[in-house]
Amino acid sequence: MTGPVLGIETSCDETAAAVVGEDGAVLSSVVSSQVDLHAAYGGVVPELAGRAHLELLTPVVAEALERAGLAAGGLRAGGTAPVGAVAATVGPGLIGALLVGVAEAKALALAWEVPFVGVNHLEGHCFASLLDHPGIDWPVTVLLVSGGHTLLIAMEGPGRYRLLGQTLDDAAGEAFDKVARFLGLGYPGGPAIEQAASGGDPRAFAFPRALLDDGLDLSFSGLKTSVVTAVRKHPGASNEDVAASFQQAVVDVLVAKTLRAAASGGSRGICLAGGVAANGPLRAAVRAGAEAMGLPAHLPSRAMCTDNAAMVAAAGRWQLEQLGPSPLDLPADPNLGLPLLV
Amino acid sequence: MTDLRARTDSPEATRALAGALAGVARPGDLVLLVGDLGAGKTTFAQGFAAGLGVGDTVTSPTFTLVRPHPCRHPTIRTLHHADLYRLDHLRDVVELGLGELVEEEAVALVEWGDMAGPVLAPGALRVSLAPGPGGDEERALTVTAEGPAWEDRLGALAGALRPWAGGEG
Repeated sequence: MTGPVLGIETSCDETAAAVVGEDGAVLSSVVSSQVDLHAAYGGVVPELAGRAHLELLTPVVAEALERAGLAAGGLRAGGTAPVGAVAATVGPGLIGALLVGVAEAKALALAWEVPFVGVNHLEGHCFASLLDHPGIDWPVTVLLVSGGHTLLIAMEGPGRYRLLGQTLDDAAGEAFDKVARFLGLGYPGGPAIEQAASGGDPRAFAFPRALLDDGLDLSFSGLKTSVVTAVRKHPGASNEDVAASFQQAVVDVLVAKTLRAAASGGSRGICLAGGVAANGPLRAAVRAGAEAMGLPAHLPSRAMCTDNAAMVAAAGRWQLEQLGPSPLDLPADPNLGLPLLV
Repeated sequence: MTDLRARTDSPEATRALAGALAGVARPGDLVLLVGDLGAGKTTFAQGFAAGLGVGDTVTSPTFTLVRPHPCRHPTIRTLHHADLYRLDHLRDVVELGLGELVEEEAVALVEWGDMAGPVLAPGALRVSLAPGPGGDEERALTVTAEGPAWEDRLGALAGALRPWAGGEG
């Protein structure tokens, strides 16, 4: 395959497009919130609706191509193809949102006469670490933590995954968002909790660490309920103390499980992925824990933790080279799981 | 409309109650779960899904909004587990096409569904969960049959709830 890869990501809230070059370098990465498109469409755009993706995607793709120096005539059918392939997230995610990106990618691939590649969103997150840290020693333990997912994965190489554990109820990022909203700290909840927690006492409340000594699965529903119960019992408690104690409980569990997974699997490194991986105390605790075990910690930049299309383009490039293009009738799959080794 | 009341003393009991209610469900049904953060809506959903023969792990669909689960059940093929927590406007429910979740051969179970019932279907079983007076684990449930499709099944609903019947009502 020759030429850069255009990646498209519309599985949830973010509308994103990116270009990754032939050498794997990120040439551009545009996420809708970086572009002042809301004003152009007359104010508030309902971020959750597929229609918002529909309105945002074409300008976001154009912006990604332009920033990569690839704009000229490329968006017209019959024009010179600006990229060698188009990759899009096909799942998991919200079906109406996924369909927008998948349809756009297929249409561009057809018009440009280049291959289409359907990418798994979870696999994309696993590739985000590789973008910032090429030359990783395998296998690595990946903690993938976001609003929608909490997974512990043994990654033996690109495309080679074993599931070690997962949440049994709420995702870690969802717990951050719900506790932030409950405390009136705003959205998104991750940064809001982290900021409030920085002025609080993490030992003020002894919130539960569910399943701490029990396997590699996780649970955050009971923690959320404990926060609600504690605040109702102690109406005078400071938001800072509650946020700090909550955050500490989440970090303690995530780090303990990740280190245990790494120790049991002959892991040669620890990777973080997903939006919660942008959390400062989690990054610090994983870095310290990995160092104590003599393992490297591969922490993606914050921009590569949250949903983005560079990870989709990178996973798409690998997939195209190793497995070939996807058929143009490949459907979006809201329930798609990580492809696991048997 | 008639309210049925029940009380559970643990998440396990809430799951068991939900599984018993699932035995009354039919294809095309809508079930709305109402209650504050931590009231036990996802716990209820886990028990309800098990009652319909769902084998997957049922996690909170807050971020993905909707998660379809295949069922091992004689007449119900799919449980659509939805969560409207992140939607601020009824308009979003319409734009996302969530009304299509109520379909033949499927049951739609909607968390934070209090406002959206009329947009989704003409009738629904409304299950409200709230903390009970007897400790952190206790939950008071109110089950309301809304519309003829559910009112016809009041006897079966009361029967399913009998082991946990309680509270004034």
